[in-house]
This record gives sequence, structure tokens and C-alpha cells, in this order.
Amino acid sequence: MSETLLAKPVTAVSTTTPPVEERKGLTKKEIAADHPTWCPGCGDFSVLALYFKLIEKRKMWHEKITTVAGIGCSSRFPYFVQAHGAHYIHGRALPFASGISLSRPDLHVFVFGGDGDAFSIGGNHFNHTARKNIKMTYCVMDNWVYGLTKKQTSPTSPLGFKSKTDQWGAVDYPINPMKQAIAAGATFVARTTHTNPNHVLQMMEAAMDHDGFSFIECLSECVEFYEGAFDASNPRKGGVFNEVPKSHDVTDELAAYKLAGEPFPGSFGIFYKSNKPTKNAKEAEIIKSFQSKTAGLKDWQILQKNFDRMK
Amino acid sequence: MSDIIEKALSSGDGAPKVSRINEVVIRIAGNSQDGIQAIGGFLARLAGRSEQEVMTFMTIPATISGGASIFQVRMGSGEVLSSGDEADVLLAFYQHSYDAHISSLKKGGIVMFDSDHVVPNPELEKTYHHVGIPISSLTVEAIGGTAKDKGKNIYSLGLIAKTFDLDLPKLEKLIGERFTGKDPSILNNALAAFHAGYSHSLGNLLETFKFTDAQKKDGTQIVMNGNEALGYGLIAAGVRFGAGYPITPWSDIMELLRRELPKYGGMFIQTEDEIAAISMAIGGSYAGRVSVTGSSGPGISLKTEALGWAIMAEMPLVIVDVQRGGPSTGMPTNIEQSDLNIAVNGGHGDAPRVVIAPANVEDCFYMAIEAVNIARKYSVPVIILTDQGIATRIEAFVQPNLEKVCQDISPDFTPIADHKPYDLSTPNGVSLHVPPGTKINSGKYPIVTGLEHDELGHPTGSPKLHQQMTAKRRKKLQALGATLPVPKIYGPSEGNVLLVGWGSTEGPIKEAVDRARAAGDSVSSIHIKHINPLPNGLENIFSGFNHVFVVEMNDEGLYGFGQFGAILRARYCDPKIQGLNKTDGLTWKVKEILERTKTNLTAGIRKL
Repeated sequence: MSETLLAKPVTAVSTTTPPVEERKGLTKKEIAADHPTWCPGCGDFSVLALYFKLIEKRKMWHEKITTVAGIGCSSRFPYFVQAHGAHYIHGRALPFASGISLSRPDLHVFVFGGDGDAFSIGGNHFNHTARKNIKMTYCVMDNWVYGLTKKQTSPTSPLGFKSKTDQWGAVDYPINPMKQAIAAGATFVARTTHTNPNHVLQMMEAAMDHDGFSFIECLSECVEFYEGAFDASNPRKGGVFNEVPKSHDVTDELAAYKLAGEPFPGSFGIFYKSNKPTKNAKEAEIIKSFQSKTAGLKDWQILQKNFDRMK
Repeated sequence: MSDIIEKALSSGDGAPKVSRINEVVIRIAGNSQDGIQAIGGFLARLAGRSEQEVMTFMTIPATISGGASIFQVRMGSGEVLSSGDEADVLLAFYQHSYDAHISSLKKGGIVMFDSDHVVPNPELEKTYHHVGIPISSLTVEAIGGTAKDKGKNIYSLGLIAKTFDLDLPKLEKLIGERFTGKDPSILNNALAAFHAGYSHSLGNLLETFKFTDAQKKDGTQIVMNGNEALGYGLIAAGVRFGAGYPITPWSDIMELLRRELPKYGGMFIQTEDEIAAISMAIGGSYAGRVSVTGSSGPGISLKTEALGWAIMAEMPLVIVDVQRGGPSTGMPTNIEQSDLNIAVNGGHGDAPRVVIAPANVEDCFYMAIEAVNIARKYSVPVIILTDQGIATRIEAFVQPNLEKVCQDISPDFTPIADHKPYDLSTPNGVSLHVPPGTKINSGKYPIVTGLEHDELGHPTGSPKLHQQMTAKRRKKLQALGATLPVPKIYGPSEGNVLLVGWGSTEGPIKEAVDRARAAGDSVSSIHIKHINPLPNGLENIFSGFNHVFVVEMNDEGLYGFGQFGAILRARYCDPKIQGLNKTDGLTWKVKEILERTKTNLTAGIRKL
């Protein structure tokens, strides 16, 4: 798709990376880095474990894995993965990841974060990265609370949730991440929960295979500050885990929106998927059309042409 | 030049004569939609092609359409240092242009005005030579009914060309190039307007002027403004990725990069906001190639948290700040050098970064390359501080040898044995970034982070590591400082007054030195291009003078030293360093610098 993009680095990659067949897949031991700093019982552990599984299963190499996060409990993620990674500032992981995605078509960028990062401080970036359809996978571990700063109201906290900043119960209407993503123009929108590992992996794989901005909301319980938040979605706690109905048409935006409006626990699975061209592909097209006019010229000769007009 | 004009005009012996001149300052005043920038552009380009020196100055109104606007061009056969304090010729399109700008004219200067719109003030007719020409109606006569607003600039260019005996074929060629590819009738109209202006009788102006021959230049000259030079400099430096958000006067650079980079296989992204812009550029740098972002005042404020991350994570990055009047929205189309503090110190924590400031348009090109190379060599963000004046000013300079200066900075993905992104054992604290895509044979991969970290990038709360890493980030800038050249002194190395400048003020400061020395005063100057870190050895220069005045376009501040002045005082603890500041949003006039220097000297050294 984007071979013309930043042609030199891509060429450099392909000449210095051994052919895929010659290397074995990584083991969990080779992928794991620091021991996670999360509280025992935190839902984020299973998301991490399934990311490792994804890497193993899809035979990704260390140097090709790029894990990016903002700030929050879940955003500690990159430290626990033995691969290239970046722990960026609060709320801005998406534009940072976009910089990587657009300039390096040879990498698949994974971004992990929490609900505060995605929908509060980073809300603007969520909308714009989605609408531009920049290729990457964004997994939001939604726990409905600010955990790192110890129990303040989050943009997804339900009405009435008692936090340190709403001691009498949250009064602000929460964001519905699925509606937000669909309305913003995300081309892959899925919902899963940490208590169903197979489903999480299934969603991660589908997201990774999607050519575009793929968004997963993964419910991930904060056992310390919002225990039991998702019990209603967990069969082991007496709840129900309903998959998106087989009859649902994932290309039907209105149907997806309707699905997103179901009361908790709602449905799990792929709500929406469309194959709009990515920004990566569009930019590559622009480059291609410009470069067809300058074919055979060295960079300095292209610049010289401009300078010749300024004499 | 005015003296010559006066003599020639008062001689009154009938036949127009041709007088030789070295230089001229022409101010064109009208409204923003009159295309007066185009006249200035033609004149500047002509000067470049005639091996003359040229410098322009323009103002644009902050309003979208309409509003008063000026363009001043100074062309000369010798060195042109500034756009000139006073104009020799004023071309006024409207009454308001006449009223507002007649005072910028030298006594005895020529005011050409559109007599369709301007009624001259009889009082002023004694002081300035008035040449009334019905420019609007003559333009209509030349090219037909509706085109007057579009053609009168070119008509006026013809008038100026006649008055100054400018090279007709060269100007015709420039007009031809400008209108190439458009409807041929547009070019024909333009040439018709130009010739009509050129052949118009100059009324009571009894003399025309001719430039003395320019000194032969070493190479072909090119003509552009500072924003263009900076944008092309970044391309020459090998920058292929960047992101930005529109803001005046930075937008020109992002528009240029958006348009040009695809030719080189790169791209420039317009983001949703300033924070996204710097974040995306940092992402591009992280991915392997030094990237660029930029803005003007308010946008730079927004970017500072991310800038702090780039410093902490030791990521190479180039940030352009085209300064304007602040704080807040301030004066978007005026000139100020008041972002120095935020450039050097903006953001929380101890966050050393590099700040450099080009002094002229040519510098914008070469210092963009220098910025990229410093960013790569020291793995650090580099801020290029320019300002509205230098951004929009057109100058001619010798064309760079592009084959030589253009560089390829593609990342190297050769596998490496081992890598510590924050290696503490390296000399000078410099450790380089290794982008994703690079296989590390030890199997230990780097995390880049804004948390305080160990050598591999993993978070730490260790007091010792925080001290060591803070020192590491500082030491690499100190190492850079030791390599920087000491600025050359303009004038003798010992004397009474040393003027210190930075950024776009170099021209008027040097011209002030010339004029002061011609009047017998002991004045020299230096211009500092490396703001943070400073080059070593400035104290040796300061020691040769009784007074050091730091000339800046910013407020003197609470303690009276201005922004750069305060840094120099803190660095050198030298009480003879004083501020010479102004905040009117306009470039320094040579006269102002001289007057203010005198005032400072008579007032004595400020209370310490």
C-alpha cells in the first residue's frame, strides 16, 4: 500500500531485517519485561497477557512491535512489554502514535490507555484520529474511574458513582465510548471485557488485521476503587455476556449506534467496521503523484528547481 | 538620497536629468487587497537579479480582508543592513495611506499619490515633493473597466521603474514568470498596465535616478523571505516529516512544507491542535527521522508540556517559533522578541533545550540545517526563534550550493548488539535514540519515557538516578556550548559601548554602529545566534567595553534588563550589562537605537 512513503527507511528496514521464515515466534518469556505494577486482581493483567498471546500467535518480532501509551494505570503498559515502546504524556498518545504510523508503514502501532486518557484529556485527539482513519490499534481499558490518582470521577463513571470528587455521587452524564467512536468516524469499533480472555484476543486480532483506525473498548475492572463495576457482564458473578447478535450488520452505522445504546451490560463484539481508505494510504497517494513528476531527480535537484524560480 | 532629489528638483533648468544613486527606500502604502506586496516582491527579485542588495519590511492587517497595509523596500548597490528608518519615496494609494505615512518620508522626499483618491495637504507641499498621478483612472484607461484594483499595483510598478530607470526587460520577464500558466489575457493586462505606468509623464518630477553599479557577487543571488528560507532549509537538512496547526505568522512555513515535502517522499500533517502537532512530530522523530513542528506565541505555550517530554525522553526535534506580539493573542501581525523566556525556560521542571536565533533570511536557511544537526547529534529538541519581521522580510542572498548542503538523514536500522537509551557512561551525557525497527540482539529493548528513568528507560524513584539523569540532560548542552563559535565583533574590540543583539535586529544595530562611528562615537556590536546554550568567551568581549547594551524588542521587565539581558546578567554577573528595550511592535529604527544609547549613557548606570 504505502511503499512510496518515506521510501528510504522502508528500504532500510527490509534489507536489514532477516526474512520472516527464518525466525521462530517469540516466547512469553522473551516478550515480558518489568513485572506489572498494577494492584493484584486488576483487569489490566489479562489485557497484557492477551497482548503477549497476540504477539506469540501472530509471530511478531521485537523490533516491529511498537507499544505506545499516555498516562494512567493502564498506560504503564509499554514498560511490561519487551519491545520498542514509548510512555508519552497524558491524553496525547494518539497523535504521538500517528506520527509513528504515518512515517513508518512497516510498523503496526498499538496504543493502550485508560478512559481518562482517551475521553477526557485526550478527547479531541480521539475524535480526530478516528475521523482521519490513521492506521493503528487503540485499546482503551475502561474501568469507569481514575485509578492512578486514587478514585476520582472519570468521563465514563456512571451517574451516582461515589468518588473523591463526587462524594455524593457523580452528576455528569457519562460518555458512551462506543457511540463516541462511531460518531467520530472510527472504521473499526469493538467492545470486549477482561473477564473473557478468548474474546479479548479475538477482538485484538480483528483490530490488528483492520486497515485503519481500530478501536477496542475493553472493560477492565479496578478492584481497588470500583470493585464489581462490571459484575453484570461476568457470568461467573451472575451476570450475562452477550455477544453482538449474528444478525447485526457491522457496516450499518445506525444499527451499530443502536447497539451502543443498550443498557449495561449490553453486547460484546464488533459493532462497526468499514473499509474507508486510511490517511496513510491517502498521503502515500499524494506522495506518489508528486514523485512521479520528480522521478530520477536527486533531492537537491528537486530543491534546485524551486530555487531557480526565486532568482 | 533625498539631498540629491532636492537639488535636482530645485535646479529647475527644464530638461529631466539622470542622477546616480547608491540606494533608495520606497514605501508603498495602500490596502491589503491592492497587491502592494506584489510590487515589493517584483522590486526585491529585480534587485536580486541585478546583484543589488535588498531588504523589505511589510505590515499586514490582522483583519481578513481590507485594512491598511504597507510594503517598504530598500534596494542598494552597496550593503543594505535594514529596511531603512525613513523612506525616500512614498507611493500612497488612498487618503489614509497619505495621511498615515507621509511622516515616514525624509524631508525633501518624493510622495507619489493617486490623485483620484488623495487630496494633498498644502502645508506638506513645502516639505515633500508631491507628484500626483490619477493612478486608478489611468489603470482603467490602460486595461479596461473593472480591473483597476488588480492592475494599479502593476501600473505603479511601471511608474517606479521609470523613476529609477530600472531594468525594463528584467521586469517584463519577472512579470511574465509571475503570470505564467494563467489566462494569457491576465499577463497581457499586467504588461499593458506596466507599460502604461512606465510611459506616463512624471509631471513635475524633473529628474530620474539610476543606481550605481553593484559590486559583483560571488554567485547567483536568490530572493525569498525568512519563512521560505526556513522551510527550504529544513528540506535541505533532510527533514521529511512534520506536523503543525495554523497560526500567523508561522502558517507560511507549514503551508510550504505541506506542499513541498511529498516531492521528497515526506509529508507534513495539519493536526487538530497545537498539542497534537508537537506530539505527532515527536512521534515522527521517535520513528527515526528528526521531525519538525512550529508555531507562534500562543501555540508555543500549548506545546510546552510535550516539549518537556521530548527533553526528558531525549528525543531529537526541531521547533520553529515565529514570534509575534504577546502575551495571549497579543498583536498577531506585529513584531516582538518576547518569546525568548518561554523558548529558553518554558515548561515545568529542569528542562534544558537548545535555542538558536537566525539574524537574517540567509541565516534562516542555514540555521534550519544547523538545528536539525544539533538535534540529531545531541538528541535534544532545538527551538529556532524567528519573528514576524524576519518571517515576512524579503532579502537576496547568494544561492546555496544545494548539492553540497542537502543531506540525507534517513534512519539506520542495522541491528545492534545492545542499547541503553539513557546510557550514563557516555562522554558529555549524549546518548542517541534508536528507532523502532532496529533489532537489538541482547533482547533488551528501550522504552522512551517522560517518567524519570534508569538507563534502559524504566521508571525509577531513585534520588541518585534523578540527580544523574538531570545532570546528563544538562551536561550535553554544556558540551554543545563549548563547541559554539564566539560571535564576531562588528567594529573595534575595545571601546565605550557594545551593543548586543539577537534575532532579526542585526541590520539596524550594525547600521547604528556605522552611523555612531561616523559621528565619532565609540560603539561596536555583537550579534548572538546561539541563545541557549551561549557560546563560551563572551566575557572576554564584554571586558573590552565600558557599557554593554542589550538591544531587544521586548519589555525591560521587573528588574529592567529585558529577556536576553537578564540571561546575560545572570550568566556573567556583570553590572555594566543594561537593557535597551522597546515594545511598540515595530522594528528598531537606527535612529531609535542611537537615541536610546545616548539616553542610557547620560542616565548613567541604572541602580543595581
